Amino acid sequence: MSDLASAAVERVYREHRTRMLAALVRALGDFELAEDALQEACSQALRTWPRSQVPDDPFAWLLTVARNHALDRLRHVQMARAKLPAPPPEPVTMTEKQLVDIGDERLSLIFTCCHPALNEEARLALTLQAVAGFTAAQIARAFLVAEPALAQRLVRAKRKIRDAGITFEVPADHLLPERLSGVLTVIYLIFTRGYTTADAELRHEAVRLGKLVAALMPDEPEAHGLVALMLLHNSRSAARLTTEGDVVLLEDQDRALWNADEIAEGMTLLDRALRFGTPGPYVLHAVIAALHVQDRVDWTRIAALYAELLAVAPTPVIELNHAVAVAMVDGPEAGLELIDGITGLNDYHLLHSARADLLRRLNRCDEAIAAYRLAHELAVSPADRRFLAGRLRSLETS
Amino acid sequence: MHYMFLIYNCEDRPKPGDPRFEEILTRVNAFADECRRRGVFVGGDPLKPVSTATTVRVKAGKAVLTDGPFAETHEHLGGYYLLNCRDLDEALELAEMVPQAHFGATIEVRPVDHIPGLNHGVA
Repeated sequence: MSDLASAAVERVYREHRTRMLAALVRALGDFELAEDALQEACSQALRTWPRSQVPDDPFAWLLTVARNHALDRLRHVQMARAKLPAPPPEPVTMTEKQLVDIGDERLSLIFTCCHPALNEEARLALTLQAVAGFTAAQIARAFLVAEPALAQRLVRAKRKIRDAGITFEVPADHLLPERLSGVLTVIYLIFTRGYTTADAELRHEAVRLGKLVAALMPDEPEAHGLVALMLLHNSRSAARLTTEGDVVLLEDQDRALWNADEIAEGMTLLDRALRFGTPGPYVLHAVIAALHVQDRVDWTRIAALYAELLAVAPTPVIELNHAVAVAMVDGPEAGLELIDGITGLNDYHLLHSARADLLRRLNRCDEAIAAYRLAHELAVSPADRRFLAGRLRSLETS
Repeated sequence: MHYMFLIYNCEDRPKPGDPRFEEILTRVNAFADECRRRGVFVGGDPLKPVSTATTVRVKAGKAVLTDGPFAETHEHLGGYYLLNCRDLDEALELAEMVPQAHFGATIEVRPVDHIPGLNHGVA
């Protein structure tokens, strides 16, 4: 019985944690209070369910008990303050029925965690903790920060939400496009972090978050586009590195290692997103990722898509990708000319390695060696550094 | 919730007679009208230049005066608004509309705190 009961607590918690937390933050207007209350309710469930029995609706039970814990806590605070003449403002409270009737507030939770008044690190950490259920220790590991610093960052963000009047709501229509794009950025940053550090769990979580947003906002093509993009990138992750952890270029990858299910799912989502008309940046990126997994990579279309991206959301990194695609179509000289026109990427190792590769193809060996050296100096990941060192060696000995 | 908009870096404002004065005055008044229309306006004023500032510190029970502002920075507080907004989103939307922000000023948005027992707070 005891094992069954604790398994039941664990199951409800795992399946519904985000929903319960969202409902409690909505009802209480305070992240920390909501988290503590939910924790208390779970401890109480672990203590009492084995002795009595698992309630018919464990979700409602946990929410109600959590709410009561929170109200108790607020009452204590009020009593302590009662000695003072002016009463503090009434806490936001709801009846048990209202609390359990609250619909799915996960979307409000996501928008609150990604509010632009929070700095980017805080948005990432808070989304991973509150929405994805990561512990502070897990987030600290993923982002290479000390755990106390990360915990401090989370506390600060939660208090700012409470004290600065950041509402717990899906933003009004006129703010929605910008705010949704902010949410998608946070999810994509989590994914790219998982990509550069080869952290499969982090990538998986980003995909899950993306799917949640896409499911809750089915009419937003960019949300579907982002999920498609992440799935298509992820599908090649087993082929991107050798078992020794060395980089394998696209043309040398073993296609048998590509994840066919992820490719199929990504393609389906991409089709859906494309039915909405003018594609946004994530949909365009996803189309490019889809072209990379075709039997023959269509660089002409990829170059055209990057040009389209440059028109809607220009960044130096997209300029670089555009230049590389143009080099595949029109030859290394054309690509080199575009790369040399890019400003603001001097510290980016991929700019120098792309340049080096084009110079090598033009037989300008000395310049290629210099560019590979620079790329090697700037690269951070051991796999990238080994790859570049290898290229450098083969040029120097030829 | 009440929000204080602290307007930094707007010291060099045109004086009456300057052709830009009328234009800016119209825009600043229009902003206050918009705040009143929304029912959020509590107050707002420009401050005289930092050269007029006197800073008071009390040391060992005695006032120590300094001729000048609190911090010797390049960005000085030049004025404020006090607005009663629905939430941070409305405050940030209005902060973006503050005319001075379109002439190089920086707006710091700070929620006004509530202290139980305080007999003159607006919050």
